[in-house]
Amino acid sequence: MFELLIQNPFLGALVALAGLALVFGAILGYAAVQFKVEGDPIVDQLDNLLPQTQCGQCSFPGCRPYAEAIANGDAINKCPPGGQSTINAIADLLDVEAPTLDEEHGEETEVKTVAYIREDECIGCTKCIQACPMDAILGAAKQMHTVIGDECTGCDLCVEPCPVDCIDMLPVQTTLGDWKWDTPKPSHEALSLKLTNLKLIATDASNPVEKDSTPAGKNSKENGEAA
Amino acid sequence: MTDFMVILISTILVNNFVLVQFLGLCPFMGVSNKLETAIGMGGATTFVLTLAAICSYLVSNYILVPLGLEYLKTISFILVIAVVVQFAKMFIEKTSPLLYRVLGVFLPLITTNCAVLGVALQNSAKAHTFVESTLYGFGAALGFSLVLILFSAMRERLAVADVPTPFKGAAIGMITAGLMSLAFMGFSGLV
Repeated sequence: MFELLIQNPFLGALVALAGLALVFGAILGYAAVQFKVEGDPIVDQLDNLLPQTQCGQCSFPGCRPYAEAIANGDAINKCPPGGQSTINAIADLLDVEAPTLDEEHGEETEVKTVAYIREDECIGCTKCIQACPMDAILGAAKQMHTVIGDECTGCDLCVEPCPVDCIDMLPVQTTLGDWKWDTPKPSHEALSLKLTNLKLIATDASNPVEKDSTPAGKNSKENGEAA
Repeated sequence: MTDFMVILISTILVNNFVLVQFLGLCPFMGVSNKLETAIGMGGATTFVLTLAAICSYLVSNYILVPLGLEYLKTISFILVIAVVVQFAKMFIEKTSPLLYRVLGVFLPLITTNCAVLGVALQNSAKAHTFVESTLYGFGAALGFSLVLILFSAMRERLAVADVPTPFKGAAIGMITAGLMSLAFMGFSGLV
């Protein structure tokens, strides 16, 4: 067999390449079965980052479906409850630029709110109960409803269906349990500069700080002349 | 033992595949925007290069040479590399989905990384033994990862530096790569 292959170079080449291809094909086929990926683990990671309000403002039925949609290439800026911080976290995970929140799907509320039902006006229609994604509203037909404050995620979805408009979104009261110091505000100067002009590393380029110092230099020159 | 150290040092520093032999420049410029990605790419390339060096040595010495088919070297090495890359892709997809996503299209593109084919061809041209071939591949991969990581760290800083407009973006990257190459030429008397 071996002699035959050496005597017929053409046959030898064919057998060698075909044999190699066959062996490698078998190895890859085995690896494909061995390393089969079940489900998409990136969806779990995305789902963990989303706020789990299940509010549906992203036009998907909940956070998990939206996570699946992101994994399939949907825009990542459709989650108003999560706000910019969620967008940044997702952008970091997927290694893409962080866009700003898409206004179409709602605005990020500055303060966290909870729904409050003005109970004496409630007619007990149960429409808000059906709308609530978190099951945070208690009540029965023709009975007064009320919101469980701890469960409410402030998603606004119950305000729209209420026929008597008795639901208000109230800001969450700060209690001794959750009060914290304000985060320090960035200085006015840093806000007015663009990132590229920030003096993060030493460059020879002029920056606004130096520009500001020029008039002072002129003044001192004039002072010198005056003197 | 000294021979092995010499091979390692010469492939990592003196005959660095990227900066001295100018092989594998595409991932060097393409994946060096972020340090994290560069480290991932370095790891993946190390895995592929070492494995490809071993496999192509076996194919060359036990199949091609006995049959007198040395002229099939290039095509069979390409076959070997493609298989190893595909294997690495499956392996990474299973073990680290995040790295898989970050590397994206650059992972299958390791196939076309000329450093990988370069290592295989040079191994057979220099008639390296099995251990030498493995070390040569591993050293080349280490050298590649080293310069890729150094370069991406520099580019991360360049991204926020105030570069003159004509040099912005890829241009300053090319200049930096050139300067690094010059610096690596300084190792030439080492071995």
